Amino acid sequence: MDLNTILQVLDSTVRLGTPLLLMCLAGLFSERAGIVDIGLEGKALVAAFFSAAIAYSTGSLMLGLLAGILSSLVLSLIHGVASITFRGNQLISGVALNFLASGLTVLIAQDWFGQGGRTPSLGDVRFHELTLPFAEALRPVPVIGPIYYDLISGHSILVYVAFLCVPVTWWVLYRTRFGLRLRAVGENPAAVDTAGISVVRLRFSAIIIAGVLCGLAGSYLATALQAGFVKEMTAGRGYIALAALIFAKWRPWYALSATMLFGLLQAVALRYQNIDLGGFIIPVQFMNALPYILTIVILAGFVGAANPPRAGGDPYVKER
Amino acid sequence: MDRMPAWADVVLIPLISLILAAILSALAILAIGESPAEAFYLMVDGALMRSSGWGYTLYYATNFIFTGLAVSVAFHAKLFNIGGEGQAALGGLGVALACLYIPWPHWSLALLGSAVGAAAFGALWALIPAYLQAKRGSHIVITTIMFNFIAAALLNYLLVNVLRPVGAMEPASASFAAATHLPTFQSMFSSEGNTLFRGSPANITFFIALIACVFVWLLIWRSKLGYEIRSQGYSESGAKYAGISPSRIIIIAMLISGALSGMMGVNATQGAAGRLILNSAEGAGFIGIAVALMGRNHPFGVLLASLLFGFLYQGGAELAMWTSIPRELIIVIQALVILFTGALDNMVRWPLEALFARLRKKEA
Repeated sequence: MDLNTILQVLDSTVRLGTPLLLMCLAGLFSERAGIVDIGLEGKALVAAFFSAAIAYSTGSLMLGLLAGILSSLVLSLIHGVASITFRGNQLISGVALNFLASGLTVLIAQDWFGQGGRTPSLGDVRFHELTLPFAEALRPVPVIGPIYYDLISGHSILVYVAFLCVPVTWWVLYRTRFGLRLRAVGENPAAVDTAGISVVRLRFSAIIIAGVLCGLAGSYLATALQAGFVKEMTAGRGYIALAALIFAKWRPWYALSATMLFGLLQAVALRYQNIDLGGFIIPVQFMNALPYILTIVILAGFVGAANPPRAGGDPYVKER
Repeated sequence: MDRMPAWADVVLIPLISLILAAILSALAILAIGESPAEAFYLMVDGALMRSSGWGYTLYYATNFIFTGLAVSVAFHAKLFNIGGEGQAALGGLGVALACLYIPWPHWSLALLGSAVGAAAFGALWALIPAYLQAKRGSHIVITTIMFNFIAAALLNYLLVNVLRPVGAMEPASASFAAATHLPTFQSMFSSEGNTLFRGSPANITFFIALIACVFVWLLIWRSKLGYEIRSQGYSESGAKYAGISPSRIIIIAMLISGALSGMMGVNATQGAAGRLILNSAEGAGFIGIAVALMGRNHPFGVLLASLLFGFLYQGGAELAMWTSIPRELIIVIQALVILFTGALDNMVRWPLEALFARLRKKEA
């Protein structure tokens, strides 16, 4: 395996890891505030559809992105109303939203475009790959040149936004008052309430941030990674992001490594199909299932305990 | 707050939730430019007005009864088994192995054997998440979701590489021997000159599903184990104080739940397809969640909700055939039912509770 192949695999790792990273950070904000969110998949799916549909209809990528984020926010708010306002079961609400997204996107796509649940190809209206400064100039330099040109440069703007979200998330969570309160509300909402801070407002803020991030993830899928929406295009990525979140033990920097690891698994599975290890063949299905298997191994406690935020999943009832 | 009368809790709340879901679905149909009334008529006509329509409705309902009961047994122990889909897929595998590799002399024996295989494989697939929840405290929802994906990958591998007959393109097993074919409603109820349930997949497994309803009722409300499961679901610390081991109940409840999900394979794989196909569970594992929530975790409620969803599935297929409404409308309806009966339960409950409290005050 030469440098070029490695770079190609790593390049597609970044491409495939980016939506996972965005959704994982979305889950991180939500779960750190005590709202379990298994609706990441659904939010990204509606965002993928609406970003592609609006970008196609208006010819404007920015309007598409905006529509993607807004549609994801709508699902977020339903989740918030169900699980915060009406103290419903957060898991059931998430399941319902995933189904809602999976059904509605096809229903609307069929009605608008009549192409069996997909949008027409976006053609040129999509996020293009950026060439970072000096990439062309540095290209002939051995090792560093190709790494900079192929791996670091040459992604769409959303990839850089996603990577930037990691330090920003860290900073917000650990260096701001809002972040401290957010983490507190996920561990002990009663204490936060006693301090005179609104639990409901904090949790809604967390859910809105999650909605925006899932919106970015979905738009990335339909308008950057691919040129258009196809039925079920999130393909379980929301659940892989959920797995990555556990893997990352609900921490931003670990989230980056976990999602890139899962991105690498997807990239390898995509490139090599069945891997031949000197007579012993690893089937592609095993590679596809590996993120889930790894999560089970983590949960089984073989690689250290993964403790979720303590108040996760419980609706907060104010004392009377 | 005052308690509501029991009938309001059992009948009124699910009914209102259902009406809300129906109104939103009607709006969705209106929005895509079709008439809700006409769509409803088409669904009723296709699903209930002919015996062949009933044959499909009851076939789907059979699947949903099994998965719905599975979810509700777990719910009674306060466990959310979202892994019905994977357990049902493994159940299908159990059925296929029993039918392919054992030369059954008669369908009745084959039915027994495949039912054991389906239940065992389904239960086995629920065992690991159950063990992790019981002993390691890892959340059953996350682990069962993961196991759905692992099951899909496993079946994909087995069907492509192991069970697929030589030379076949499609990832599916060989067809089962004729001796394993279950009696269909068509062969059971048709008389000379009067064919009923023509060509529909409903089969004898429907009656096994009814027996399963009775079994779950006996288990939950008439047995010691059921009492323990319910105590655990009501208050784990209370149950522990009474000497009930939480990890034992978690594992037993999940094994029963997985076995019930797996039993779906008898209906879909042996009864209808006659071979193991990719995605043999057809999403029924997830519909089980909607069915259990709507049926208020009671076998009779599950039966009614399953019939409703069977009607929706068959009616939805008819709609897709005659109008521009795609089958995915059913997924939207299913989502709305889960949302209203599950997550937004309090939205309906609180105003009703307030209403009943005011009525009571007036009487006093």
